[in-house]
Amino acid sequence: MNLIQRAVRTWLLTELLRGMMLTGKYFFKKKITVEYPEERTPLSPRFRGLHALRRYDSGEERCIACKLCEVACPALAITIESEERDDGSRRTTRYDIDMTKCIFCGFCQEACPVDAIVETQEFEYASETRAELYYTKDMLLKVGERYEKQIDANLKADARYN
Amino acid sequence: MNWVDVAIQTGIWALEILAIAIAVALSVAYITYVERRVIGFMQVRKGCNRVGFAGLLQPIADGLKLFLKETIIPTTASKFLFVAAPVMAMVPAFIAFAAIPFGETTLFGLWETPRVMAIANINVGILYVMAISSLGIYGILMAGWASNSKYAFLGAIRSTCQMVSYEISMGFAIVTVLMLAGTMNLAGIVHAQAGGILHWYVIPLFPMFLVFLISGVAETNRCPFDLPEGESEIVAGFFVEYSGMWFATFSLGEYAAMILISLMTSILFLGGWHAPIAALDVIPGTFWLLGKAFFLIFVFIWFRATFPRYRYDQLMRLGWKVFLPWTLAWIAVVGICMYAPVIQDVMAFWRPGGGV
Repeated sequence: MNLIQRAVRTWLLTELLRGMMLTGKYFFKKKITVEYPEERTPLSPRFRGLHALRRYDSGEERCIACKLCEVACPALAITIESEERDDGSRRTTRYDIDMTKCIFCGFCQEACPVDAIVETQEFEYASETRAELYYTKDMLLKVGERYEKQIDANLKADARYN
Repeated sequence: MNWVDVAIQTGIWALEILAIAIAVALSVAYITYVERRVIGFMQVRKGCNRVGFAGLLQPIADGLKLFLKETIIPTTASKFLFVAAPVMAMVPAFIAFAAIPFGETTLFGLWETPRVMAIANINVGILYVMAISSLGIYGILMAGWASNSKYAFLGAIRSTCQMVSYEISMGFAIVTVLMLAGTMNLAGIVHAQAGGILHWYVIPLFPMFLVFLISGVAETNRCPFDLPEGESEIVAGFFVEYSGMWFATFSLGEYAAMILISLMTSILFLGGWHAPIAALDVIPGTFWLLGKAFFLIFVFIWFRATFPRYRYDQLMRLGWKVFLPWTLAWIAVVGICMYAPVIQDVMAFWRPGGGV
């Protein structure tokens, strides 16, 4: 019986036809392609993209040069130098992140006690040279200015899970 | 016949050849497009839709890219054979189209009796097509040998072995058609299937239709029989070393062979340019033939989107141990049916002139 069944199945090519029916069905299914530059997939508020240095509303830099991020960074991508400013507060004179080293783990953001270094949702910062991927303090502050609204909204959206 | 007549005749031939060659080359370009789109759709993707409206200019862009690229000839390659191989692979696939009848026309009433639209309506058309299309192997063999590369050599061996094995069962499948049609003229075979879908040879010879179609897939090295170019084992098979224009020439030949097999299957088994029912005869026959061939090409692509690649021993087993005995047995069955007392009358339905 089993043998006959198998023979019939083989000779009528039922398995092949079933396979073709399946692909034939998928031919008419709705396509899942996202046409990237025009269409985008949604990003999580926790998305870890390009870094930014933030300021307080007063315009004062948040970063107090505690260097916790530098310590936390597993890829050794962060370089910080600090000095006492004229008003006696400790501030960075240099805050560089080498994006070619960075692994986007988000530890710097976790470590920061004043929410100064954060990762934005920006991921389209490709450049033509590697040198352009070496982000200095000025560049990071500028990124912060540009995305402050987005950063703020994302931190608020994620706050209740902290 | 004076020289004016000769010149006119030559001009007509040249135009016919040009028309077919350009049409085939363009079809090849757009079949690659259809292939990418259809496989994309079956994988729930959209496929290429960027260049031009719905990606319709993609094949042109691809062609341009390939033709502008540098052709690298390996230093250890045998130069003459290396350059000659792609041409040897492409030319047979193209010249086989000479005998394919694309339909019948009276040229809007210019001729009293309809004439067959073929460059050469020869009496042994089917032998010609079989003979010429099997010459394509030499190009592949030359490519594998001249490349002086292990992968190319293995690919060429596989390809040759595969083509030789499947050509036999393919030939025997054709023999059954010839037995019923009683002619080797391709137009004659189509005429023998006139009178609606029930007269098509796919009905009495259905197993042979399957054998011919599957052998055709194997013959053109298409998935799931694409071992000669199996990427996972031998990179790209016989054309690993080829790049640019010569690479394009190979795929031109391969896709032309695919069109040829589809046309041949339509002509031999699916009634050629005849409509399935008489009422649909208003649509010109050429469209029916091309439509059937296009459907078969779609099926070829469908195969590629569905089936995994065969193992080499499975491939050989299918060719020699399944198809060959099966076709031989079917030849005997058809022969007996044609002369057995009562069945003879039934079989006469499919024979031109109701049997002899």
